[in-house]
Amino acid sequence: MLWASRAASYLRISAFHRGFSTVLKDLKYADSHEWVKVNGNSATIGITDHAQDHLGDVVYVELPEVGAAVKQGDSFGAVESVKATSDVNSPVSGKVVEVNEELNNSPALVNSSPYENGWIIKVEMNDAGELKKLMDSDQYSKFCEEEDSKH
Amino acid sequence: MRGSLWQLGQSLTRRLAQADKKAVARRYFASEADLKKTVLYDFHVAKGGKMVPFAGWSMPIQYKDSIMDSTVNCRQNGGLFDVSHMCGLSLKGKDCIPFLEKLVIADVAGLAPGTGTLTVFTNEKGGAIDDSVITKVKDDHIYLVVNAGCRDKDLAHIEEHMKAFKAKGGDVLWHIHDERSLLALQGPLAAPVLQHLTKDDLSKIYFGEFRILNINGATCFLTRTGYTGEDGFEISVPSENAVDLAKAILEKSEGKVRLTGLGARDSLRLEAGLCLYGNDMEQHTSPVEAGLTWAIGKRRRAEGGFLGAEVILKQLEEGPSIRRVGFISTGPPPRSHSEIQDEKGSNIGEITSGGFSPCLKKNIAMGYVKSGLHKAGTKAKILVRGKAYDGVVTKMPFVPTKYYKPA
Repeated sequence: MLWASRAASYLRISAFHRGFSTVLKDLKYADSHEWVKVNGNSATIGITDHAQDHLGDVVYVELPEVGAAVKQGDSFGAVESVKATSDVNSPVSGKVVEVNEELNNSPALVNSSPYENGWIIKVEMNDAGELKKLMDSDQYSKFCEEEDSKH
Repeated sequence: MRGSLWQLGQSLTRRLAQADKKAVARRYFASEADLKKTVLYDFHVAKGGKMVPFAGWSMPIQYKDSIMDSTVNCRQNGGLFDVSHMCGLSLKGKDCIPFLEKLVIADVAGLAPGTGTLTVFTNEKGGAIDDSVITKVKDDHIYLVVNAGCRDKDLAHIEEHMKAFKAKGGDVLWHIHDERSLLALQGPLAAPVLQHLTKDDLSKIYFGEFRILNINGATCFLTRTGYTGEDGFEISVPSENAVDLAKAILEKSEGKVRLTGLGARDSLRLEAGLCLYGNDMEQHTSPVEAGLTWAIGKRRRAEGGFLGAEVILKQLEEGPSIRRVGFISTGPPPRSHSEIQDEKGSNIGEITSGGFSPCLKKNIAMGYVKSGLHKAGTKAKILVRGKAYDGVVTKMPFVPTKYYKPA
């Protein structure tokens, strides 16, 4: 009614730089803003602090089934915030061995604890060599700055 | 393909892309410099507003608080919105009412001076060109506000008909209020806060009513209306006074009324069951299908005389084939273009707006379904990313409205 028009459709967060997002040293990062924590052949995956900050209040996390195959760079689930739907891509290839069921009841854990309680899936990796294609924390911090300045 | 975490809001953009690829490309890639700014732009930025391109304008989608908090605060205390991107328009002249009645479904002649209503501009096929709140200031002056994204289209439409009308000797002219800005003050504190800034007694101005009065030292057009379901006002203020007025409102509320962006505005209007033109109503949607039959004046139903009246009056008689309804659903929030199915899996319609309700803490949506399946309590399936989730047709508004009406 009073607001707007089809132009509503342009609701698109033009990233304005907030800085201050946390990046953890021992994790690896994908350019689609997921992190992976490697322990032997097991990889824990979530979205970064930077990503959750830009998404805003997460209201739903769509989890894959345990046993599902994931491929590096391909979507395995989705995160819904009040305004937007976003794919979550897997930073590594392999098989899902665990999903964070807590997120079914408390999706906001992704906001409050993106690197700990807000983890999304655990994957048994096929090819640890893929990790080389990911960024380390310094590269990722720089990547975020550059991406923000483009918007 | 949906985008990455980065491309927020792309589901909406994608919907638009299907509808009008060229327009998207043009606007989507419009550089920051091409965007229009309201007089409050610097004020928004100073207050932490996240500015986004919106209908050719750079507008705040949110401020420092989250969309969730901002939405809830508007209902608990109050929200102040800059809606200056919207287009205020006056139609003047002794024939301005018969002129406007050709273009809209409302009984404009029947409105008492100083009152207004929501209406729809229709096309020859009975579809909606735009929705608008119109006010009869007096018999030779109509004030209305149209959507920012429809401005060019609406003005061209009005102008074309105005030329023809004048050629036949009709007395009507217009003034586009580009010298004014528009603020919306909504929520339970709207009236008490605004009362500090005017000598006129606001308790005598009811929902839908209009006054020209002095607010904070400036001559304003005040309409007791809004887009949130809350009590509140839309204030058309001379642009040179707009920032001062915004500051005064925030100050008088002692911080309880907060600047509120487009994100919360969308959640609020969805909770109130109000249509967003471009999503819930489009060129091909009739007011009857959209559930706005109430806005077709009684006299207009009898007489017709507006564009597309034949189609619309026939729909009134026979019933529309589809209807706009509300849904509450489980799973991820439905978004526009989510498919709606019956329990057997047959397609029965499509979602046009949806999201997570910050006030109800559950998914709400609206969409169009086949008539007969529109009754409250009807169970349905809503498809999100290929999976079917339970939905139930639910009466709107989802959150009770609190319009200020005479007891």
